[in-house]
Amino acid sequence: MDYFAVVGIEILNAIATLVLVSIGLAIVFGMMKVINLAHGEFIMIGGYAAITAVKLGVNIWVAMLVVSPLVVGLLGAAIEWLIIRHLYGRMIDTMLATWGLSLLLVGGVTSIYGNTTIGLSSPLGALDIGAYKVSLYTAFIAAVALGVAALMYALLKFSRFGLIARGVMQDPGMAAALGVSPARIYCATFSIGAALAGLAGAVLAPITGVVPTIGVAYVAKSFITVIGGGSSILTGTLTASGLFGSVNQIASFATTPVIGEVALLLVAIVLVRLLPQGITGRFFRGRI
Amino acid sequence: MTIARRTLLKAAATSATVGAAGALPALAQSTNEIVIGSLHDLSGGLDVLGKPMEDAMQLAVEEINGAGGLLGKKVRIVTMDPQSNMQLYAQYAQQLALKDKVSALFGGITSASREVIRPVMKRFNTLYFYNTQYEGGVCDRNIFCTGQTPAQNVEKLVPYVTKRWGKKIYIVAADYNYGQITADWIKKYAKDIGATVVSTDFFPLDVNQFGPTIQKIQAAKPDLLISVLVGGAHMAFYRQWAAAGMNTKIPMASTTFNNGNEHIVLAPAESQGIVTAFSYFESIDGPVNKAFVDRWHKKFGANYPYIGELAAATYQGVHLWALGVTKAGTTDRVKTIAALESGLSFDGPSGKVTIDPATHHCTLDIQIAECVDRKWKILESYKQQKPVDTAAVCDLRKNPAENKQFVIKI
Repeated sequence: MDYFAVVGIEILNAIATLVLVSIGLAIVFGMMKVINLAHGEFIMIGGYAAITAVKLGVNIWVAMLVVSPLVVGLLGAAIEWLIIRHLYGRMIDTMLATWGLSLLLVGGVTSIYGNTTIGLSSPLGALDIGAYKVSLYTAFIAAVALGVAALMYALLKFSRFGLIARGVMQDPGMAAALGVSPARIYCATFSIGAALAGLAGAVLAPITGVVPTIGVAYVAKSFITVIGGGSSILTGTLTASGLFGSVNQIASFATTPVIGEVALLLVAIVLVRLLPQGITGRFFRGRI
Repeated sequence: MTIARRTLLKAAATSATVGAAGALPALAQSTNEIVIGSLHDLSGGLDVLGKPMEDAMQLAVEEINGAGGLLGKKVRIVTMDPQSNMQLYAQYAQQLALKDKVSALFGGITSASREVIRPVMKRFNTLYFYNTQYEGGVCDRNIFCTGQTPAQNVEKLVPYVTKRWGKKIYIVAADYNYGQITADWIKKYAKDIGATVVSTDFFPLDVNQFGPTIQKIQAAKPDLLISVLVGGAHMAFYRQWAAAGMNTKIPMASTTFNNGNEHIVLAPAESQGIVTAFSYFESIDGPVNKAFVDRWHKKFGANYPYIGELAAATYQGVHLWALGVTKAGTTDRVKTIAALESGLSFDGPSGKVTIDPATHHCTLDIQIAECVDRKWKILESYKQQKPVDTAAVCDLRKNPAENKQFVIKI
């Protein structure tokens, strides 16, 4: 019984991790149709920002939940202004530009911090579940993922900004005619996506450590999740994360972690074959 | 534009003269210096391992030159950085052999990079030193391996930890040849003393989430865990293990922990109590090592993170090569190999290191140590361990033309 509880917690952990690493990408890709190949590097920089802030004496929770999203969000805004805005509607060019950007960021961070893994210790202790011990930090990750999802839902559904943003994404020309500046909305949206990536990097840093190349470990999974999820940003990310996270963990428990990864990719392939528009292309249509 | 024949000839003549003038000093240099190659990753994912190895070469050569050089000549290092990229390993190995015409090449970190370099050195008749702890079995008269192999460290580690903690072992290992083969050796030595390996989990090098495994280990309730994890991503295992509070519940041993400076990078609580077996630890007591560490800190700064196994083996490899050249009285490859095969030994920081003529591996001391507050406290010391794993399959005196890596049947 304890074992099932522990398996359940690990599944929840995997789902929460997938939600965190993909939601920023989902917003940028889902709303702006920009394929941001530097997404993994935004996550990486979020991790470095948190660790640097902690080393400078900032409280670890403030560093993770405030400093990192702020730093990466500002970076995102700058990158949107410098690069992305010139490339709207040119998907292939955006991919090339953001891929180059990812190499630049990896190189830049390496020259500042070096290539050695650095990290933080998990700030929370362990929890006993029967005969098993699990990290309390797992619960924190789940809470952050839930919080982010709820916040984004509220922002997009109920706020004035959300309404305008959705309007701009649907028809920029009409939105502009009604007095909205699409350029500013695009910049803000990209910046929010980047900030969420930074948050993910910061929250995951204590359990994985960071190296300049860590983005690679996340970028593929986050793309698979976003594509698997389909056009609805939140519903898509949550359902796809739920599916892939469960498959990965259950297969990992039943066999080995390698098979766990294989199972995740197999399910992704089958899913995209059966539902080319992603889960929300078929179910839950029209949700956010 | 037309080019007059005269102008063209004149230009050709000038460039020929300049070319000849440029070549002259190079020729002059080669008569009063001996060139060796250093091929270690100084950037990319493995630079944490490669940088100390390059530094070790610089220190060893500085010492050799300070003592009057070799055969009356100065030794010069040509350093190339393969950037953790196998294609560059192949390219630079060729370049060092053909363009720089090095007397010997020192380099390669992973077994994959060694197997890229080795055939190139063989083809171009260039002596090759590989100075990394590895899985054993390389049998080739042109290569000398100065690092430890499983029959040296695993054979000591497994009995020690099972005696101390119990006979039920769980292994977590990196999923490539080093991890796979070392896990097999752990199983063999466990079986030899009546211990059991309840399960072995392998992880690709980029995996950094270990949640399910940590729960599976708890479910299996082993007496101890042995880690053969490698690299930056795998370092996350130790963090997650400690975050789950397991570091105080199930003890851990490792054959790799500290090669990537894990004991410095991780928090003290996360590395506390982990037991490892290596030939070299910075904390080895004794005048030779103390003097070595002093010289190292004087040259590279007192706050150098850690001088590890690979750096010490590289340092010793260069000195062994120098002893071979001195004994042969020439840098000629065949004569140097013959001199090295006479059973040369060097009193290095890790203790006495002797070349085993039959395998071209080294007989060396092995220490077992425990991590205490980011330092290694040496618990046991075993003198002069022979490379019996490679010796079981390889005899270069009988078969000098052998040229392969044996996968040792365990």
